[in-house]
Amino acid sequence: MSFLHYWRAMWGIVGRELWRFVTQRERFISALVRPLVWLFVFAAGFRAALGLAITPPYETYILYEVYITPGLIGMIQLFNGMQSSLSMVYDREMGSMRILMVCPLPRWFLLLSKLLAGTGVSILQVYVFLAIAWFYDIHAPWQGYLWIMPTLLLSGLMLGALGLLLSSFIKQLENFAGVMNFVIFPMFFMSTALYPLWKMKESSVFLSKLAEYNPFSQAVEMIRFALYEQFDQHAFIYTLVAFLLFMAAAIIGYNPSKGMMVKKGGS
Amino acid sequence: MKQKALKWFLMLAITASAQAETVFVTLEKDNALAVVDPIEGKLIKTVSVGQRPRGIFVSPDNKFLYIATSDENTIKIIDATTFKELGKLPSGKDPETFALNPAGDRLYVSNEDDSLVTVIDVAKKKVLKQIKVGVEPEGITVSPDNKWLISVSETTNMVHWINTKTNTIEANTLVDPRPRAASFTADSQQLWVTSEMAGTLMILDSQTKQIIKTISFDVQGVTRDKIQPVGVVIDKERNRAYVALGPANRVAVVNAKTFEVEKVLLVGQRVWNLAFSPDQKRLYTTNGTSNDISLIDLDTQTVTKSVGVGTYPWGVAVKP
Repeated sequence: MSFLHYWRAMWGIVGRELWRFVTQRERFISALVRPLVWLFVFAAGFRAALGLAITPPYETYILYEVYITPGLIGMIQLFNGMQSSLSMVYDREMGSMRILMVCPLPRWFLLLSKLLAGTGVSILQVYVFLAIAWFYDIHAPWQGYLWIMPTLLLSGLMLGALGLLLSSFIKQLENFAGVMNFVIFPMFFMSTALYPLWKMKESSVFLSKLAEYNPFSQAVEMIRFALYEQFDQHAFIYTLVAFLLFMAAAIIGYNPSKGMMVKKGGS
Repeated sequence: MKQKALKWFLMLAITASAQAETVFVTLEKDNALAVVDPIEGKLIKTVSVGQRPRGIFVSPDNKFLYIATSDENTIKIIDATTFKELGKLPSGKDPETFALNPAGDRLYVSNEDDSLVTVIDVAKKKVLKQIKVGVEPEGITVSPDNKWLISVSETTNMVHWINTKTNTIEANTLVDPRPRAASFTADSQQLWVTSEMAGTLMILDSQTKQIIKTISFDVQGVTRDKIQPVGVVIDKERNRAYVALGPANRVAVVNAKTFEVEKVLLVGQRVWNLAFSPDQKRLYTTNGTSNDISLIDLDTQTVTKSVGVGTYPWGVAVKP
């Protein structure tokens, strides 16, 4: 198997995803509307709610809009990861999954290509979101916009791998509501996307612990620090390990002889 | 030889960075003075200076600090490098705000409880005169051309125009309720006065002594009653003025030509007094209840950092 084979396969998968993204304008708009509604409506109501404490990476007082921005970047990637998982289930129902899986390349490679495709789309969405936020007076140092690129890649892969893992469990498209209820919402709300840990600790230590161990929190913190030109090593390692674990589990999950498919008796 | 040159270069680099401006902040509750390096954004040290220090000025030659220690009923002269007390000025009772004339030989103090302005000869450390003014005098300033001494009385709601040669009141202007601070433009043509209760900023013409413009402030998400303008400073070119909005936790940026409010910047809680850096590229604010000062970069008009200094920071002065 030559390098060219790998390249063609990966480009085929990534290209398909990007083409889908460009042609499905509704998907692009809806992916942007969600975080923007949070920014313009939800955050506006809580402008002064954060109280007084300056926590790193911030060096002075900030408005809630500024705090929530990295969280909303995470939200874009979280939904994108789940959307990719949804499209995997759809592909399986439509039969195009079978074509992908019979491709004479290692499964891990195909799945990774799929992940990269989804992550690439989410990074595009994030930059469009940040450009709109700029006009809403949410500014970070310009180097920060470059620094977040690698962190977005890692967090996108991690959340995508989680989506992939979940999609190996879901048999039908209808079950996606369960993913919303049991994965997306708890992950988003029990994280540092909306409130800092110290604020959560004020009301519940237990909740703040949950948020601390939530890999989504770590991904958000990694992005938050990078946006202000700082490197959060702990968050980076945590996200990386989470990605490797989810990816390994997803690869096993998609193994036709061992994985979840056999247990469910699916295709 | 090379090593020696390198050593010299390093030494030079160190002294150069050590020569950056210093910010002094009086800490009303800690009875101390905070010394801050604003470039590094770090508190260097705190020095105790006496009971309830509030108003602070650097002498024109940058050698001394004048600090009103209100509960000791005096203004202390402190060495600006060693922080040793060099003497005391007879300020009258409970000095809070005071002003120095451009030459630095006269010091004018508001005595709030006695409704007086005390005129002090700095060199002789003697009271020259006590001028009767309106009830609760607060804001006080001298025009850069040394023509006028302004005293603002909080309860009488009046700006008193005092001739600095005769030390007598020549005119009074009625202003919005509870006027707090007053600042002249560099050309002495305009006097800017803030009203705490009306939430306004008034611009007075020095010739006619009439209000030529009243500006009110609006901060998104902050109720009107919390907008209480206090400190006001205007840059040398009269391009922009900056107003501390008290419990609104904001500093307003006002275009000094069109009198429009261009922007509000989020700083710490109950922002009170303001001071420019010597090159007027930065602005420093004292945030009374969040116990810190905020550093504002004026080129980008952004708050770059807030530095914890101690309990109840009140006054701020900068030494180049």
